[in-house]
Amino acid sequence: MKGGEKGTFTKQVFSRPGSLVDVRTHFCPGCHHGIAHRILAEAIDHFNLREKTIGVACVGCSVFLYDYIDVDIAEAPHGRAPAVATGVKRAQPDRFVFTYQGDGDLAAIGTSEIIHAANRGENITVLFINNTTYGMTGGQMAPTTMLGQKTATTPYGREFRNDGYPIRMAELLATLEGTAYCARVATSTPGQIRKAKEAVRKAFEMQIREMGFSLVEFLSTCPTNWGMKPLDAQKRVLGEMSEYFPLGVYKERRQADFA
Amino acid sequence: MRRVLPRRLHPRVAMRSPTAGIPRELMKGNEAICVGAIAAGCRFYYGYPITPQNDIPEYMSAHLPPIGGTFLQAESEIATINFLLGTSASGKRVMTSSSGPGISLMQEGISYMAGSELPAVIVNISRSGPGLGGIAPSQGDYFQAVKCGGHGGYRIPVLAPHSVQEMYSLTMLAFDLADKYRNPALILGDAIIGQMKEPFVPTPYVRGVPPEKPWALTGCAGRPRQNVKSLYLKDNEIEVHNWKLHRKYRRMQEEEVRCEPYRMEGAGIVVVAFGTAARVSKTAIQWARGEGLPVGMLRPITLFPFPSKEVDEAAGTADVVLVIEMNTGQMLEDVRISTRHHDKIRFLGKPCAIPTPEEIHQEIRRLAGEIGVKAGNAR
Amino acid sequence: MKGTAVKTTGRIAIDFERCKACELCVPACLQNCIEMGYGINRQGYAAAVFARPGDCTGCAICAESCPDVCIRVWR
Repeated sequence: MKGGEKGTFTKQVFSRPGSLVDVRTHFCPGCHHGIAHRILAEAIDHFNLREKTIGVACVGCSVFLYDYIDVDIAEAPHGRAPAVATGVKRAQPDRFVFTYQGDGDLAAIGTSEIIHAANRGENITVLFINNTTYGMTGGQMAPTTMLGQKTATTPYGREFRNDGYPIRMAELLATLEGTAYCARVATSTPGQIRKAKEAVRKAFEMQIREMGFSLVEFLSTCPTNWGMKPLDAQKRVLGEMSEYFPLGVYKERRQADFA
Repeated sequence: MRRVLPRRLHPRVAMRSPTAGIPRELMKGNEAICVGAIAAGCRFYYGYPITPQNDIPEYMSAHLPPIGGTFLQAESEIATINFLLGTSASGKRVMTSSSGPGISLMQEGISYMAGSELPAVIVNISRSGPGLGGIAPSQGDYFQAVKCGGHGGYRIPVLAPHSVQEMYSLTMLAFDLADKYRNPALILGDAIIGQMKEPFVPTPYVRGVPPEKPWALTGCAGRPRQNVKSLYLKDNEIEVHNWKLHRKYRRMQEEEVRCEPYRMEGAGIVVVAFGTAARVSKTAIQWARGEGLPVGMLRPITLFPFPSKEVDEAAGTADVVLVIEMNTGQMLEDVRISTRHHDKIRFLGKPCAIPTPEEIHQEIRRLAGEIGVKAGNAR
Repeated sequence: MKGTAVKTTGRIAIDFERCKACELCVPACLQNCIEMGYGINRQGYAAAVFARPGDCTGCAICAESCPDVCIRVWR
């Protein structure tokens, strides 16, 4: 090999994070859950939180969180993860508590729980994986499904007259005083992945500094239910989805309200 | 005038009775539950306003913070039961309270807690139903409490107090039962017992279960990670899990039945009633006994596990079993299941209203006439 | 010409059995080092292979893009 031989490349610069269990995942090929899980595990390792973290898994493709992240995890009913996380954090304020939810879970059945957890400024961190569909159950319409998108329950395409418009949760939650950090990221390009990691670290810092509620929304793909190859699905995120759900930081507190 | 300041801490009211000589408290039933919970070491309460149990969240909101406890008013009963799930999973004693419509909303969470084997105490101060119903007391939530109100076929211990004293003591017992069996436990009160004031003796709490909870999610320092879940997808796992839960409920049925026999000596007429219906029945029974009528009462204290053996024995020796309930016939079905003597069973129902002692006395006399016993004849 | 002019500064290893052939790593590599292979792994996928090791700079962008954490990178 020009420029080097086998054995001279000894510095490993990328490996599986310690908190990510070394096991095959059930996610479809190209599903961005895998990237989000890895970013989550990297952040837990970065802040050395593994032994004092309690995660709350929701219902959806991410229901098996407890098989993939090496921390104590409680299973919540569909949509209720922010409330369960509130119960855990109030009982153990010195632990690090996060939830990991999909768009059906957080923005449909769980809207009340997420809004009020944010409104109370609960010191929890929410990772919100938005792929505009109910993935686990076969691709039904979700609150974030885009107009015209054909899903299992909108075979003619979503129409606003029947089903309303897709809901922008990051913007909505950023309007609440209790929210300390609210950002929307994607993981479809290397640059986006780097920004996503920064956003998750920022969100973790908000909880560590007890600044309030933090949320990172990930624009994600669902190749199987979109009927697309993984690479084409990424193009959809970069195009149609990023236009309607713009990436960026919607709120970032500089200081807490209390001393 | 609407009260805008937090309710001041409840002053201790000592009543010295010449016969007892023990200091007692005078409180609403709802408040006695709170005193019992705090005595049992509960430091976490979550709730939502609903008539007729608002005294409970109000009392806890005033009394928990000064002792380092946590009170949080939730945005709904759905959020409430999930707060309970999280705090219970963290290994802490936790309680909530509501009335029928709110308990309906909690059923999903109760099912999850039963499936995940999490302890907690849930209080139902029943009002009228179904639907919005009304705020009159009723015993219409028996089915919801005892017959597994949520999905999946679990059971929970259900305790039915009939006095403010029992509102206090059964709450302490509920925490122990919940921890002993790693299960939610429910206290089934009603609007009258919740709102009335009676003296009671705040007996000291004696812990009946060890405090350690090694299964709690406290962060995996020094041990492998663990989780709290009710999902079992692998081959055969969920069947095995259901039999495991079933064996737990069988143990409850063998070890935790509690009931009060009241003036059962030579009782030809046996009243079976719980809660307020039992309380009113006691008055009627005293009157009837004064007339020489052979009537007594078997009062279930645990509605689950139901005192089936005791009911069957009583039905065997009695002439009539009179089930009295403030509904159209719910515990009646459990009485029928418990015994073969269906021909002896009678029912006096008063849905969403309190029977008067006169009504019950009347019915006892009528039944006595039926079986050929006249008032004034001692048996 | 690619493969001879660039100085190799890195090396990767792709976990053959874990790969689900999603192909996200192929365009992620700016030096075109990765291709989809023909060998089928136990999951039934034709896994990605490190086809042109000579061009690898060790940037790890392929590893960051892989949802299944199949790729390890050395410099």
